[in-house]
Amino acid sequence: MTAFVTLEGEAVAIEAANVDTDQMIPARFLRKDRNAGYQNFLFHDLRQDPAFPLNGHAPVVLVTGPNFGCGSSREGAVYALVDAGVRCVIAPSFGDIFASNAAKNGLLTITLPESQLRAVRSELPGRVAVDLPAQCIRWPDGRTDAFEIDPFRKRCLIEDLDDVALTFEHRAAIDAFCARDRSGRLWAQPG
Amino acid sequence: MPKTLLEKIWDAHAIVTREDGASLLWVDRHFVHEGSFHAFGMLDHAGRRVLRPDLTFGVTDHYVPSHSRALPIADPEVAGMIDRLRGNARHNGFDLMDPNDPRQGIVHVAGPEQGLTLPGLTIVCGDSHTSTHGAFGALGFGIGASEVSHVLATQTIWQRRPHAMRIAIDGTLPAGVAAKDLILSIIGKIGAGGATGHVIEYAGSAIRALGMEARMTICNMSIEAGARAGMVAPDDTTFAFLAGRPRAPRDFDAAVAAWRTLPTDDDARFDREITLSAAEIAPTVTWGTSPETALPITASVPDPAGASDAAGRGRIAEQLDYMGLQPGQALDGIRIDRVFIGSCTNGRLSDLRAAAAVLRGRRATVPGLVVPGSVPVKRQAEAEGLDRVFLGAGLQWGEPGCSMCVGMNGDLVPPGERCAATSNRNFVGRQGPGARTHLMSPAMAAAAAIAGALTDVRRLA
Repeated sequence: MTAFVTLEGEAVAIEAANVDTDQMIPARFLRKDRNAGYQNFLFHDLRQDPAFPLNGHAPVVLVTGPNFGCGSSREGAVYALVDAGVRCVIAPSFGDIFASNAAKNGLLTITLPESQLRAVRSELPGRVAVDLPAQCIRWPDGRTDAFEIDPFRKRCLIEDLDDVALTFEHRAAIDAFCARDRSGRLWAQPG
Repeated sequence: MPKTLLEKIWDAHAIVTREDGASLLWVDRHFVHEGSFHAFGMLDHAGRRVLRPDLTFGVTDHYVPSHSRALPIADPEVAGMIDRLRGNARHNGFDLMDPNDPRQGIVHVAGPEQGLTLPGLTIVCGDSHTSTHGAFGALGFGIGASEVSHVLATQTIWQRRPHAMRIAIDGTLPAGVAAKDLILSIIGKIGAGGATGHVIEYAGSAIRALGMEARMTICNMSIEAGARAGMVAPDDTTFAFLAGRPRAPRDFDAAVAAWRTLPTDDDARFDREITLSAAEIAPTVTWGTSPETALPITASVPDPAGASDAAGRGRIAEQLDYMGLQPGQALDGIRIDRVFIGSCTNGRLSDLRAAAAVLRGRRATVPGLVVPGSVPVKRQAEAEGLDRVFLGAGLQWGEPGCSMCVGMNGDLVPPGERCAATSNRNFVGRQGPGARTHLMSPAMAAAAAIAGALTDVRRLA
């Protein structure tokens, strides 16, 4: 993934609520290798409709309705967004698994209340700027909004850290847990 | 301090907790499938191996063909994915249920069947319906490919402690009403994002009265309400299901003694509590493209004009358009083109028995596919003659796998066709581009097959 600091570019609105990951990438494309060009699968079936908001645009930011990325755990949904150049999605809420997958692939998810986003979506498409270190968004009309982000997720995005290496910094604690667990929870071993 | 079932499992698995509140959790069981090739690719790319092959279990389910188990598999991409999983299993030394294994099945059917799913465990899989395993009083949740890769390498996962929600359902489910109707009603009530960030514990006398397969149906669809996981406290029903399973603990009595300490303490606090009356649940179907569009079969499709705001009107109108339905149309009587009975939600023996009970001695008036959740389910169903009931009614009887729930193996609903399905998602295009899905229980899908339309199974009883 690419380290994330600030970005500026086009934002596009998707009005719908509950945009599920099946819509972002239909199941038949999930068998493709990671280097197959996942941008071609992004919202593949919905894009057949000329009026679909992404057609004719190459946004770096999406502003959407609530529960974006609900449903299937398929990380291909995030690959498709990232390969298409989307680096940030702003929504009132996200599917839990989608939000984790996003963070692992350098895609920033920002949660802002629907009351705030409804007005913003009506101004889009337009140019926005997202400053992750300052936790601030500048909208097309020049107005700015602050956003919250989990400090660890922020650090991972900015520094592009290797998750597994970070976890193995706790190797001693993991080994101690296993030693304790082996005798304490014999029943937990597969019989 | 009194604790919930969730807190007890969490505290027993938290190795360290970071300053930001995320905990590194030990993972007791990690299920992988042929679609997990991205995660193995990441592992190889980093030059790492599977840390605990003894706790890693491979299953072939998402892409396996339903029509035949003959080798070689005709679709070269599918054959390639299964070969890759086989290679990864061999290279790393973990157990694999390949397409011709007598234990093979959908991961969320086969895991419990083999006694790999136990109370008090943490269970993850690169599949959102891993919430199913919570029916045993385990913490089971779905993860993406990067997290799968992390679990393969470390047997741990970073998680923030979710909020705890309890949904208590008291009373008795009426005749003709199944676990599927109950969970669809719950999702209809709280919404597709109603439990985001939460783990749901299902409690109450109606849940206690359910068998393990019905509890799995309910926990399975927790994700459709946005929940991280669903759980039911383990009890004698749980222990009776597990006794004698191939991979159940050897010292079973000691295990049961440990499991009896797991249920939520009397005074434990939940962040949210919801109560429902089982007696009020009716046979339920969905009308739209989100599982939250669940309504009793006696109801009518909503009218956009009845929505409170423009966004709500647009949302209803869009779904009616995709589904080819009219505002205010009665659900009972909507013509269907086919049925699908199966999936990790409703592909177990009790589901097939419920469908067969409705179909016995009757003919389906539309085509349909019945796919058992696993080889053991298939064998037992055949021993009971259920396959002959389905075939006699004019339906197809398939080989175990995810099949038409997700359409990855080529089992698709043709564009514009309407399918009565026992699966878990009615999303746009879920069963194929342009496919229209109505979710319901196995008995309701069987009734729909006979009527050629959505219908109230209670009239056929």
